[in-house]
Amino acid sequence: MDFGFTISKTRVIDLSAANMEKAARVEEVRRCMDCGGCTATCTAGQFIDFNIHRTHLLFRRGQYEGLDKALEACMLCGKCTLVCPRGVNLRRMIINMRTLLP
Amino acid sequence: MTEYFTPFVVPFLLGVIFLFAVCAYKYIRWYRKFTPVQRAVLRENIFTVKSLRALGETVNECLLHHRVFKKNAVLGYMHSSIALGWFLLIVVGAVEASLEVSGGRHIWVAIFLRYFVHEPELVYPHAHVFAQIMDTLLLYVLSGITLALVKSVWHKVVGMKKVTNHTIFDLLAKYALWFIFPLRLLAESLTARLYGNGGWLTQAIGSLFSPQTATDMEYPIWFLYSLCLGAFFVGMPFSRYMHIFTEVPLIFFRRLGVTEAEKATGYTKYELSACSRCGICIDDCPLNKDLHHTDIQPVYFLRDVRYGQPRLATAEDCLMCGRCQAECPVGLDLLSIRRQMRDRSAIDGSGHYDGMKQVQPFNAIGRVGYFGGCMSHLTPSISEAMKTIFEAAGQKYWFIDEQATICCGRPLYQQGFVRQAADLRERNTRLIEESGIKVLVTSCPICYQSFTKEYSLKGVTVLHHSEYIATLIAEGRIKLNPGSLRIAYHDPCELGRGCGIYDEPRRVLSAVGTLLSTASEREKSLCCGHNLGDTTLSFEEQGAVRDSAILNLTAVKPDVIATACPMCKKALSIPNNLEIKDIAELVANSITEYD
Repeated sequence: MDFGFTISKTRVIDLSAANMEKAARVEEVRRCMDCGGCTATCTAGQFIDFNIHRTHLLFRRGQYEGLDKALEACMLCGKCTLVCPRGVNLRRMIINMRTLLP
Repeated sequence: MTEYFTPFVVPFLLGVIFLFAVCAYKYIRWYRKFTPVQRAVLRENIFTVKSLRALGETVNECLLHHRVFKKNAVLGYMHSSIALGWFLLIVVGAVEASLEVSGGRHIWVAIFLRYFVHEPELVYPHAHVFAQIMDTLLLYVLSGITLALVKSVWHKVVGMKKVTNHTIFDLLAKYALWFIFPLRLLAESLTARLYGNGGWLTQAIGSLFSPQTATDMEYPIWFLYSLCLGAFFVGMPFSRYMHIFTEVPLIFFRRLGVTEAEKATGYTKYELSACSRCGICIDDCPLNKDLHHTDIQPVYFLRDVRYGQPRLATAEDCLMCGRCQAECPVGLDLLSIRRQMRDRSAIDGSGHYDGMKQVQPFNAIGRVGYFGGCMSHLTPSISEAMKTIFEAAGQKYWFIDEQATICCGRPLYQQGFVRQAADLRERNTRLIEESGIKVLVTSCPICYQSFTKEYSLKGVTVLHHSEYIATLIAEGRIKLNPGSLRIAYHDPCELGRGCGIYDEPRRVLSAVGTLLSTASEREKSLCCGHNLGDTTLSFEEQGAVRDSAILNLTAVKPDVIATACPMCKKALSIPNNLEIKDIAELVANSITEYD
């Protein structure tokens, strides 16, 4: 039945409950300073709902759900890597995340 | 029969039978793993002139080692003396044995002829001439073996800085090979001492022994010689020496048009076994030179793959710049094998772009299509320059990705995501073919290589912008102001070694300034360090590779460094102290000045 509204899930992030094991294994995510340059330049993001910064932020917090599908949008063109002011190897990071995610 | 048989022929005989049985088994098995397309290509071309050319290449490479000679004359002499010398020893020996009618029917008689026939002059004509020829050939092979010995302690004598780190098994096979020829010399000398049936060399060495020593040692040394031959033949199909035979079918397959497929096939097996592990690929690898990654070069990578131990980490640690492939004396398709081994089938996706906001189909009949590529969006000056050039030439054009299009798919393909790459290719193919363009110009060598090799665009000619501009200049459609700029040109890997385009960019640059020649150019050009083939290098490591390339360019003190790839331009610009221009920008500037 559609009431025109739903009850939102809680958005509280419990970092102690999250499984941080995978996040700890992808070294590149720790170098990020959240400037969002990667998302701004992303070619894939212009076509479908894909935000590389959001995706890797969720990964860093241990919220892995749905990320494996989302990351399939990446075309590995490498523009994000070139604009990153912190020199993060985003292509490596994405492949590493995809390898670890179910 | 008994006259021509003695127990020491058994090790040799068993070795030969084993060798040919294993080779036949492997070759048939591998051939059965060819794809239908590869077999069709073979059938189509087998009775054409291509087979003759393959025969020529076989003689040139397997015996004369022409490509190794071009690399280094001493190294070439070493390889060809062993290969050609041994081949001639076998052929001349077989001819000589066939004259000796009664014994010539057994294959071992040719190998151990001196032991069996003590007075050849009485049995067949020109025996003395044969003895002299065989001795000279043996010395020829021995000179190669001596060089190989010297090379193993002093690499520089053959122009190599690093040589291959061999496995124990390969070393044993090598030592067996090294012992074969000195033992043959010794055995024939001892027999010559006793019966006087040797040539100038064996007779001279034989005279150093007393008749008693010769009598005592003759049989054991012949036995040892046979044992060494047998041991080498048994080890051959499993060691690097499998390349001796495998290069022959490989050359035929390649000349007849067989290429590597998307996944590893039987053809890949031939390529893997045709690698001689000579180690020529090591010295020029940028990862070896600039970063000291010394265990990932094709020689080691192919070995691991061949013995069923491919490691993804090794497969990934490669810029795919193609420098090794340009040097490989066997001409192996090293980059394709590297790509095939980047197996992502477990995480490869598909159909992800089904719900995308499709680029609007466009009716562009009569126009030239221009595809800047993803990277051009980071170097907008290139596409601006291309617009200027199109307008100056009075050419109507359709800028396909002015806003954006999806990627050409090559970056994903190179990393082993074959399904996702095919998905992107299909969408781009539809967009391009439906637009009705006949000519597609791209300023990105990555896209260019993808469009020409991985796509099959019907009725569309794909040109790199350097080719297109060169044509415009040749046809007089754009007028340029020849300036006084001193230009150093950086060959992009994907365009040069990848697609063989070296001359067009140089023609274009010569029209706008003075083109300087650098120490490492054309096939020997250096990678800018940012080749998309690699995902493992950190920013700092890429920087080390890039700095080598910049050093090579700045050594000739140019006013401006030119390149023909947005990726290279971006990479070379990182130190921020040099003027890096795409050829399109230089041409556009030159047009403006003329107006």
